Amino acid sequence: MPTQILMPALSPTMEEGTLVKWLVEEGQDVKSGDVIAEIETDKATMEVEAVDEGRLSKILIPAGTEGVKVNTPIAVIDTEDDSEESQAGEIPDTKPAAIDKGHADARPFDVDVKAPRIGAGTQSKLEITLGTETVVVTMREALRDAMAEEMRRDPDVFLMGEEVAEYQGAYKVSQGLLEEFGGKRVIDTPITEQGFAGVGVGAAFAGLKPIVEFMTWNFAMQAIDQIINSAAKTRYMSGGQVSVPIVFRGPNGAAARVAAQHSQCYSAWYAHVPGLKVIAPSTPADAKGLLKSAIRDPNPVVFLENEVLYGSSGAVPTGEDWIVPIGKARIAREGRHVTIVSFARGMTCALEAADQLAKEGVEVEVIDLRTLRPLDLETVLRSVRNTNRIVTVEEAWPVCSVGSEICAQVAMQAFDDLDAPPVKVSGADVPMPYAANLEALALPSVGQVIAAVNSVLYV
Amino acid sequence: MAPAKVQRNQSRSSSGKATSSPRAKRQAAIPKAFTREERLDAFRMMLLIRRFEEKAGQLYGMGHIGGFCHLYIGQEAVVVGMQANLKPADQVITAYRDHGHMLAAGMDPKGVMAELTGRRGGYSKGKGGSMHMFSIEKHFYGGHGIVGATVPLGAGLAFANKYRGNDNVALCYFGDGAANQGQVYETFNMAQLWGLPVVFIIENNRYAMGTAIERSSSTTNLSQRGLSFAIPGEQVDGMDVYAVRQAGARAIERARSGKGPIILEMMTYRYRGHSMSDPAKYRTREEVQKVRETHDPIEHVREQLLDEGLTDDELKKIDRQMRDVANVAADFALSDTEPDPTELYTDVVVAN
Ligand SMILES: Cc1ncc(C[n+]2csc(CCOP(=O)(O)OP(=O)(O)O)c2C)c(N)n1
Ligand SMILES: [Mg+2]
Repeated sequence: MPTQILMPALSPTMEEGTLVKWLVEEGQDVKSGDVIAEIETDKATMEVEAVDEGRLSKILIPAGTEGVKVNTPIAVIDTEDDSEESQAGEIPDTKPAAIDKGHADARPFDVDVKAPRIGAGTQSKLEITLGTETVVVTMREALRDAMAEEMRRDPDVFLMGEEVAEYQGAYKVSQGLLEEFGGKRVIDTPITEQGFAGVGVGAAFAGLKPIVEFMTWNFAMQAIDQIINSAAKTRYMSGGQVSVPIVFRGPNGAAARVAAQHSQCYSAWYAHVPGLKVIAPSTPADAKGLLKSAIRDPNPVVFLENEVLYGSSGAVPTGEDWIVPIGKARIAREGRHVTIVSFARGMTCALEAADQLAKEGVEVEVIDLRTLRPLDLETVLRSVRNTNRIVTVEEAWPVCSVGSEICAQVAMQAFDDLDAPPVKVSGADVPMPYAANLEALALPSVGQVIAAVNSVLYV
Repeated sequence: MAPAKVQRNQSRSSSGKATSSPRAKRQAAIPKAFTREERLDAFRMMLLIRRFEEKAGQLYGMGHIGGFCHLYIGQEAVVVGMQANLKPADQVITAYRDHGHMLAAGMDPKGVMAELTGRRGGYSKGKGGSMHMFSIEKHFYGGHGIVGATVPLGAGLAFANKYRGNDNVALCYFGDGAANQGQVYETFNMAQLWGLPVVFIIENNRYAMGTAIERSSSTTNLSQRGLSFAIPGEQVDGMDVYAVRQAGARAIERARSGKGPIILEMMTYRYRGHSMSDPAKYRTREEVQKVRETHDPIEHVREQLLDEGLTDDELKKIDRQMRDVANVAADFALSDTEPDPTELYTDVVVAN
C-alpha cells in the first residue's frame, strides 16, 4: 500500500524547512527507525526516521529544496500490507494536518514571529537615530553577540548553565561561544539549578561576573532562593561591602503548547524584589543593548528573554558601543488618544492592536517598559498626562502583576489626569493549559487589547 | 545499618551454566518463574509501547501533537519488567518521558493519545499534554515536567503508605540527569531515615538531553548514590525485561516488608532524540544502531519466544494487534473534540 511520507514538524515552532539530503534512494527498502533524510530547521539540522517499513518507491521533493512546508508529501513508501485487521489504516493521505493551525486566527501571537518591528525609522523616540548603521539579526543572535562582546571586553565574564557549551544552548542562544572562549568560560553544568545558581552567586561575591543561563525560567524556580536570598539581599545585608555582579538569564513566558509547568511569565515574581534589576526586552536591539548593560552592571540582574521571540529579527546598531540603559522605557509608537504600556511578547500584541486601531482613527501611544525594575514611571506618567487613558498588556497572570503595579501607580500619581479607569489585559488566571484552543484563550489577544482600548475610550 | 552488598549487572547468562550457544544462553536466562503467558504479556506490552510511541512521533510530525513530546522507545523493558511485580494499589510516579509508564500501568491508550493531541477525552481533559498526565484509578501520579521534582513526590506517596499502615509500595522513576538534583539527596536521607516503602528507579539511558552521563556526573555508578545514606543499590540490565522483573521483585518485596528504600539503576538507552526537536548531534548514528541491533529489549524476548516454539507468524500477529491498538488510539485522538472553552477556568482549585 503506498503511503506518503510528509514533511515533519521537528520542533514546536517549525513551519517549514530545507530538505538537505536524502540518505536513501528510490527503490531502497527501509524499516522503521532508519534515518532517511536530513532536514534543516531554523534551529538545527535534524534527521528524519522512517516510521513504516517498506520500499521507498518515489522521492517527491529533491534534496536541496528550501522552504518545504510542514506536511508536504516528500516521498512515497510502499508498505507491506499487513494491517488487514487495522481499522485505523496507515498515515492518512496528506490531511491538512496541524490542528493548531486551525486556530491560527484565534491565536494572540503567531508562533515564530515575522515582523521586525523596530528600526523602521518611523517612530520618533527610538534610540536608534537616523544615520546609525544597523544590521538585521535575530533576537537569539543579538543576545549571543552581546555576551560575546562583553566576554571579549572583560575576562571576568563567563557563562554557565545546562547545555550552554557543547550543545550550543537548548535554544541555540550560546551558539559558537564555546568555540571562541573555550571550556573555562563556557561551562556546561549538571541539572542542578539551585547548585549552579549558588556557585554563580559565590563567584560573584569573589568579584567574577557570571552569566547564569537557566534553560528556561521555569527551572529557575529550583534556584529562586539563591536568586533572592543570596543574590538580591547580600549587598544590603553586608552594609554595602559585598556586591553581586551576576546576570541570570534565559527564556521566560509561554512557549507553544508546552503546558503549565513550562509556560509561565515570572516578571512580577522578580520585579517584586528589592536588590534586583529586572529586564524584559521585546526587540533584538534592546536585547543586545540591555544585556550588555546587565553584564556591566554591578548588581544582580534578572534578564527575561522570550522563547517565541528568539527567531524574530530586527535592526541592531553595529559596533560594540551599542548600550541601552537599564531603567528607561521606550516609546515604540506615538499617539495622543490612549497609552498602552507593555513589555516582551505583549508588545507584539500591543503594536498590532495599535496598527488596527490607527485605521479607525484611534492614535495609540505604545510604551515598551523594557526594564521592569526599576520601573520608568516617569515616561508612563508623562504619556498618561497627555492621553488621559491607559491600558496595560502582559502575558503574565493578572493578580499582583506588573500591569497591576503600573495601574496602581497611575491611579496614585495621575488620578486627576485620568478620563477612564485603567484597564489591564493579561494572561488568564489559570495554569497554562495544553489544548490548542484553551491555550489560545489563556493568552492575551489583539482583540482583547482593542476591546480594552475601546473601553477606556467609552466606544 | 550497614549498606547492603551492591549487586552488579545481572547479565543474561549469569543465572545459567557457561555455554557458548546463544540459544542455550537465552534459555538459561529465563527464570523458571516465568510462564509462557508472562513472557507473552511482556512482549505484548513492550510492543504496544513501541507502536504507540512510533504513532505519537508520527502525529507530532504531522502537527497533531504540539509542544514537547519525549518518546520512550528503547526503554520499554524497564517499566514493563517493574510493573509486572506490582499489586494494584502500589503507586507509580515519573517525569515527562511517561507514555510507557502509563500504558504499562494499564491506562487506556486512547485516553493517553487523546491527551497528546489535547482533546477532551484525554486523561487530563486535554489540559496537561504529553508531560502531565495522571490516573488516580491506576495509582499513576504523573507525568511531571520538572526534572528531579518527582523524587520527593515519590517518597511522599510512600510516606502516605507508611502513615496509613498499609503495605503498598511507591515506584519512583527518574533519569540519570535528574540524579544530580539536590532534592534527590534530601529525599534519600529522609526516605532511609523514616524507612519509607519506596523503590527509586534510575532510568540511566546515558544522556540527559545532550549531556552524556560522564560529562555531568563525578561518579557514574548511580546505583551507589544512596550509599552514604545507607540505601542499597543495584545496577540492572534495563534492556532485559526478565532481569528487570527479578531485580524489581526483590526490591519491591524488600520495601513492602518494611526494610526501607532501595535504588535500582536501570542500564538502558533511548533510541530517539531527547524530545522531538533534538538534533542529537551528541552521539553517533552508529552508537544508536549498535544498541538497536544488539540489545533491543523487544527483539530479545522475540528470539526467546521463537526458540520456545512460537512461530514468526504468531509473533507478527501480535505485532499487528498492537499496531492496531495504537492506530485505534490515534483515530480516537484525532476525532475526539477539543475541550469545551469553559474548561479553561475549571479545576484550578477544588470548588466548595
Ligand atoms: C528543573 C529542570 N531543569 C531542566 C529541565 C529541562 N530538561 C528537561 S529533560 C532534561 C534532561 C533530563 O535527563 P534525564 O534525567 O537523564 O532523563 P531522560 O530525558 O534521559 O529520560 C532537562 C535538562 C527541566 N525540565 N527541569
Ligand atoms: Mg537520561
